[in-house]
This record gives sequence, C-alpha cells and structure tokens, in this order.
Amino acid sequence: MIRSLPPAAILIIGAFLVPLLKGRLKSVYLLLLPALAFVSVMSIPEGIHWTVGFMDYDLIFGRVDRLSRAFGYIFTIISFIGTLFALHLKEDGQHVAAFVAMGCALGATFAGDLLSFFVFLEMMTIASTYIIWTGRTEASYGAGLRYLLVHLFGGLCLLTGFLIHLHQTGSIAFGTIGLTGLASYLILIGFGISCAFPVLHAWLPDAYPEATITGTVFLSVLSTKVAVYALARSFAGTEILIWIGAAMTVFPIFYAAIENNLRRVLSYSIINQTGFMVVGIGIGTALSLNGTVAHVINNVLFKSLLFMSMGAVMHQTGKINVTDLGGLYKTMPLTTLFCIIGAASISGFPLFNGFVSKSMIMSAATQDGMAILWFVLLFASAGVLHHAGIKIPYHAFFSHDSGIRTKEPPLNMLLAMGIAAFLCIFIGLLPGPLYSILPFPVDYQPYTAAHVLDIFQLLSFAVLAFCLLILSGLHPVEMRVILLDTDWFYRKGAKVFYRLADRVIGTDREVIHEVIHGSEDRKVPS
Amino acid sequence: MKEDPVFDNPKNVKKIVMGFYLFLAVLMVADLILPKHPFFPWERYPFFYGVYGFLAYVTIVFGSQYVLRKVLKRNEDYYD
Repeated sequence: MIRSLPPAAILIIGAFLVPLLKGRLKSVYLLLLPALAFVSVMSIPEGIHWTVGFMDYDLIFGRVDRLSRAFGYIFTIISFIGTLFALHLKEDGQHVAAFVAMGCALGATFAGDLLSFFVFLEMMTIASTYIIWTGRTEASYGAGLRYLLVHLFGGLCLLTGFLIHLHQTGSIAFGTIGLTGLASYLILIGFGISCAFPVLHAWLPDAYPEATITGTVFLSVLSTKVAVYALARSFAGTEILIWIGAAMTVFPIFYAAIENNLRRVLSYSIINQTGFMVVGIGIGTALSLNGTVAHVINNVLFKSLLFMSMGAVMHQTGKINVTDLGGLYKTMPLTTLFCIIGAASISGFPLFNGFVSKSMIMSAATQDGMAILWFVLLFASAGVLHHAGIKIPYHAFFSHDSGIRTKEPPLNMLLAMGIAAFLCIFIGLLPGPLYSILPFPVDYQPYTAAHVLDIFQLLSFAVLAFCLLILSGLHPVEMRVILLDTDWFYRKGAKVFYRLADRVIGTDREVIHEVIHGSEDRKVPS
Repeated sequence: MKEDPVFDNPKNVKKIVMGFYLFLAVLMVADLILPKHPFFPWERYPFFYGVYGFLAYVTIVFGSQYVLRKVLKRNEDYYD
C-alpha cells in the first residue's frame, strides 16, 4: 500500500488529517507519517513511477534513482526528527505546514519533469512562508514577506527559463541542462536564489532566525538542500559553480563571526556549508558528487542538531543573543553535550560525520589540482570551527555566567537531539552505510593516518588561536548590533519606492478628487 | 541548588588547557614522525596544517571584528 503512494503524497495528504486527531493518537500519527514516507522512499524500485498526462506532456512524480533516493532518505529522516522535536506543540497549523513543506521537498526531489518540480518548489515556498509567519512577531511577519517575495522572484526566473527551455527543446524533462544560453542562465538564477548564492543570499539570515523554535529546524533543510539537489541534477560539472561555491564557503564566516543572534550565526553557517556542496557539484567528478550528497546528508543532521540545541536554549530561557547567554552547561548538561556533538561534527573533527563527507569534496579538489580552491576550502574549514564549532557552544553554555538558571527542555526535544547526535557519531565512526547510498560507487577511505593528523592539526591549532586570544584578552567581545547585508538594497529600496508610490498615488488622488469634485466648483461651458 | 563548579574553578580550567597543550605537542611530534602523502608540495612542510589553521583563525577574528564590523554594524532598530 505504501508503495502505491509517492512519499510526497504521504506527507502532504497525511498532513491534513492532523487536525482531526487528539491526544496520544495524534502524537503517534505525527511520528508515523514521516516513518511511512521513509519506508516508501526505501521500497520504491528504481525507475519511473506515477506518470500523469498533462496537455501534451507527461508529468513524472516518481523518478527514482540513487541521487533522488539519497535526498529522499534524509528529508524523511529529518522530518521524523523535526516532528519529534516539535511534538509538544498544540498548534496544528505548524505541524501541517511542516509536513506540507517537507512533502513538497520530497515531491521536488522525485519529480522527473521541470513543471512538477516548479510547482512543488513554489508550494514549498508558501508553506515555508507560513512557518516563518508562525513566529508571530512583527519581525517574523516582515521577514516572511521578504522571504516570499524573493522566492517568488526566483520562481519567476525559473519559470521563464523553463518556458524558453521548453520552447527550444520541446521537452520538460528535468535532467542535465548545463550553461548553454539564456534559458539555462535563468534556471540557474532561479536555483541560485533558493540555494542562497552570494548576493542572492540575504533572505536566509533575514528569515530563518525569525521563525518559531521548531519551525527553523525544518526550514534549515528545505530550500537550500532542494536547490542543491536541483543543481546536482542539472548543472553537475558547471565550472562557475566551483567559484560560486567557494565564495559561499568564505564570506558567511566573517558575518557569522560577529553576529550576535546565535540562530542567525547558524543561518550564515548554512550558506557556508551549502558552499562546500556547490563546489562539489561544480567539480562534477564521481568523488565530488558523492561528497556533495554525503555532505548534504551529514549537514542536515548536524545543522538541525545545532538549530535544535539553540532552539532548546531559546525555549528554556527566551534568549538567543550571545550578549544575554552563558554558563548554561550548569543547568542544561545534556543539551550542552548534544550541541558540542553538533559543533564537532560541523567542524569536521575525525570520528564525527562532517569529517567523512567534507574530506571527499576536499580530496576531489586536490585530485583536480586546484590549489587556490584547496586553500580557500581549508580556510573555510577553520572558519566553520570558529563560528559553529566554538562560538555557538562556548557563548551559549560556557563563557561568562549569565546568571540564568533553567532546566533541560522537554523529553521529546532531548530525544530528537539525541537521535541526531547519535547519527552524527554513528556515521562518523562507520561511514560505510552512508557511502553505500551515494550516487556513484565509493572507493574512498577518509581514515588514513596522514589525513586524520592533518585535520586534527588544522582544527586544534585554530582552537589554540582561540585559547590564546581569550586568555590574553585580545578576543573582541560581542556587541548588540545588527549587520548590513544585501537585503539592505530591497529593505531600504522598498521604503524609497513606497514613498515615491505614495506621492504619485497621493497626487493622483488629488487629480481624481479634482476631476470628481472640481466640476462642482467650475462651471462647465455649455 | 548545588552548582557544578567544573569550569568556575580556575584550577580545572588550567588543567584542561594544559592537557590541550600536551595534545598539541603530541600532534607536532606525530607530524614529524608519520609518513605524509602530500599532493601539493607545501603539504610537506613541517606543521603546515597547524600553522595554516592558526593563521586562518586569527585572520577571521580580526578581519571580521576590525574591518567588517566597522563598516557594516548598525543599531538594532536600524530597519524599524
């Protein structure tokens, strides 16, 4: 029965039954849905399934190959973990929106044609916007609206590119596109906005920190990872992606270093990690593409773990700024431990999952002899350690004692973090199962003595720099400020536009008023 | 409520830092002893990765704090 339904349908249709259930039954149902979707992803045979005729074309809702299945696995796994983390929520709307958004991510992943991919992507945007709005603050309303507008613009680029592509090729197939002309550039920009390419990225650190504690966990894996999938499907081996990805790995680390809001630090960190994946797609070899997919899977686990740990802190203290936190290890030891596991994983320490996937991308860059890229990625690795490996756990749980005394979050939150932490370590220790689901056969050994030593040296001496700066008092302190990003152009630009429009419409209003009422004052000559 | 004093006690912090320095020393000795498999010639240099990690970290801290923040910081109510 499960095999007769696409995994996307299980989550999307299943979501709308959530409001009908109550109590323990609802909790069981909430966890059952992603579990069923996972079984569906696992059990569908490779090939083309669920084809529906639409005008002259065939819409394909089930193109199953090793690439789509790998993404399907991680989307359903994180759907389960994120739902467990949010299990205490009484508001059905948030559960429904999360399932619809995750279902759309699955729908886009298994779409075999560009039209259904586009429809799923846009539906995901709407569900994601709702998730941001459930933050229910003025800030979340504004950020959600900007998120929606930016993504609709991206969607328009994608749709225009797709229509030109259809006109030129007569095909709606979602396969290799490559940079060949206007259509492909528009499609790349459409994907690039979802992927948070440099300059097009500001929606991400703008919106994600404003969503609810539980909603951000889902958001962190949605847009960018679906876009990475789309890029891997359509633009593998496109050289410009190497340099776009390299830029993505570097510039966010400077932002994350001085950002005060720890969920915004993690948002910049998403761009940095996605950069590694985009580099892997740009290199386009079997090793680099395997590295990209492996890093997507690992990143979803450790990034959601970090977002969950910061969510737990926010849930218990109501605070998320560096300047307000510190010393929480005394009352939240388990959350501290889970956060440190996430931090070690994202930093790529040996024995944790980030090590076994980032190494593949680095090795692919090495094998191509790309020295500059290699230096950039190594620099970015030190940057990850700085903002995600040290800054997040240090300022939330250690550093100066903020005086906050609280307790661990509810059991469901601890369990969700525990599962993610377990998977981070499990994959780090035994990468075999991860390697076995990658798109190409894997002939790669991350644990060589020389490689382990190199990475330990890189990261440990970076930690030494941190210790020396702290002990010498040279490490600058965090400040209660915001940082300008490229959203300045449309946030300030929109205000200018609004004032201008108001003026014009205001003038029009006067003209209209004169047209309507002026006749009473003036005698119309007969 | 009884508090866990582990990191409030400077002696404990000192022990942890000393243990960390010892670990760094072990890494440096291992770097000199273990055979390397360099792809790029500079990977042969002793302590290359350690020096690069240290310098990258310092660059990120100072670059972000003293350059980026100076240019881009605004009051929290800037967009209100």
